[in-house]
Amino acid sequence: MVASRYGINEEEKAIWVFLEQTDGVLEGVSLELLSKGRQLADEVDWSLTGLLIGHQIKDLSDEAYTYGADEVWLADHPLLKLFTVDAYAHVAYQALTEAHPSVFLCGATPNGRDLAGRLAVRLRTGLNADCTDLRLDAGTGVLTSEVTGFGGGVLALLESPGHRPQISTVRPGVFPPGEADLNRVGSLIEMQVKLEEEMIQTQIIERVVGEGVDLTQAPVLLCGGRGMDGKFSILEELAELMDGEVGATRPPVDDGHIERDRQVGQTGIVCRPKVALAFGISGAFHFVVGIQDADMVVAINTDPDAPIFEYADYCVVGDAFQIVPALIKAYKAAREAAHV
Amino acid sequence: MSDLHIVVCVKVVPKPEEIRVDQETNRLEREGARSEINPPDMNALEMALGLKDLHGGRVSILSMAPPFAEPYLRIGLAMGADDAYLLSDRRFGGADTLATTYTLFKGIVKLGHPDLIICGEESSDGATGQVPPGLAEWLDLPQITLATELEIDLDRKVARGRRELMGGYHVLEVPTPAVISVRTASNEPRFMDYEIKAHAFDEARVTVWNCEDLEAEEEFIGTPGSPTIVSGLAQAATRERKREFLTGSPEEIAARLVEVIRASL
Repeated sequence: MVASRYGINEEEKAIWVFLEQTDGVLEGVSLELLSKGRQLADEVDWSLTGLLIGHQIKDLSDEAYTYGADEVWLADHPLLKLFTVDAYAHVAYQALTEAHPSVFLCGATPNGRDLAGRLAVRLRTGLNADCTDLRLDAGTGVLTSEVTGFGGGVLALLESPGHRPQISTVRPGVFPPGEADLNRVGSLIEMQVKLEEEMIQTQIIERVVGEGVDLTQAPVLLCGGRGMDGKFSILEELAELMDGEVGATRPPVDDGHIERDRQVGQTGIVCRPKVALAFGISGAFHFVVGIQDADMVVAINTDPDAPIFEYADYCVVGDAFQIVPALIKAYKAAREAAHV
Repeated sequence: MSDLHIVVCVKVVPKPEEIRVDQETNRLEREGARSEINPPDMNALEMALGLKDLHGGRVSILSMAPPFAEPYLRIGLAMGADDAYLLSDRRFGGADTLATTYTLFKGIVKLGHPDLIICGEESSDGATGQVPPGLAEWLDLPQITLATELEIDLDRKVARGRRELMGGYHVLEVPTPAVISVRTASNEPRFMDYEIKAHAFDEARVTVWNCEDLEAEEEFIGTPGSPTIVSGLAQAATRERKREFLTGSPEEIAARLVEVIRASL
């Protein structure tokens, strides 16, 4: 049996969270993981640590404490200013093998996945990716990660009982962000970082930061599927009137009708809006996963037998190209009435 | 012509829409489901074949799977890949990401030292995207994941890839050899070439390697090499929904929807 770099007997009863930051701003998923980590740590009476990597970002540790971290390990170095998997995996490996935490959680973002994927092999441990729930057993210290199996709504429970750290990645939006407690404080541990330029093989030639839409923050989400025939402009018009964002199932994204950042579902973004509207979406489970935690779901589909109606509070058997214009008209009328 | 050598890692997966779930045991029933090359791996294959069109060299297909996967690798040969290797051994079964990436790593080492290892972004059945970075770690090579475009410079021995992220993009450059994962749907995979199809399906050889061929250590493969266990399966809890059907003219429906949406904001 393959042995991890450090084992159960050497573990510290602690949960660690990778605090991913971009240009000095913490990713939402890192705060979500701190809140979830705090809850798990309280249940089993463990400590919660944030691993903060970057350059001149020390102040972010204060934010981490307010979301539940007891301490923050800080790796600050000019070569850590921008994410490269070479440098970040190097310092994360150094921190984990010094501190031996039982659990290490990362956001399932592009960088979080790169980092977790390399660390799990370097540490010879298990990696449970894209978890939808996490539980920690107070007696055994075993982390159970819930993942959705593809197909028909099956959940698999995964564990790595004999290996440490127990690594899981979680998509943005799966856990609700907690409330910041501005009175919480914690302690900072500054790491001795030894990095040389030669250790980093990745060169960032060009970096253009986009506006970056964050669907997980939208109170109203309007999703279009194959039934929209690629005509997303009318959904965009309606979204603007409703202060919402437009999302999509995978086929229109694959066909290039809408950006991949807006793909909702198992292989896209998991959202928990107040209201989700599904236009021309049949309701395959891998999409439904992305909106099933919405407070309310409205579905519009021409097919009365479409599975999406099983997951909706309000169902309309009809043509999106008739309902959307009627909604646009109704919202415009309401807006004008409000201005009089 | 160069001696560029690209290895494309391919997974054969059951078609997701044909998987059934046993209502009593919650187990996935893959029997009866037809298989296909994992669609994101077709984008990896296309990227490799495009580089071969430009620079020459050869493209090898590598897959870890039971013997039934063999004909699917021939699809890649018919698209223009030069050779195919199937890592197949009962002892490889039950592999999680750690054991899978180790086994693929041993296959790549046996193939010599390719210039590029190209993978799809993720598999349609696992959808975790953790194989490419794990493989890069075993090989101790740099990586560019989620590349939408890739250029290589054979003289400088570098690969330059573009990643599109959050509405913006990064251009990364790494020395080769390197591991690349390709953003799903970032290219249009070519069709099989009918002139080579007959050869690919009748005469071409798919090389099969087992544990001994790879000189793989048994503690790193299959179940012993997999830290992860499945401790349970459950039906996903679905939230109870009202399922109220609205009828009337589009205007009447819209008016009612505005009302119920207002009420929940």
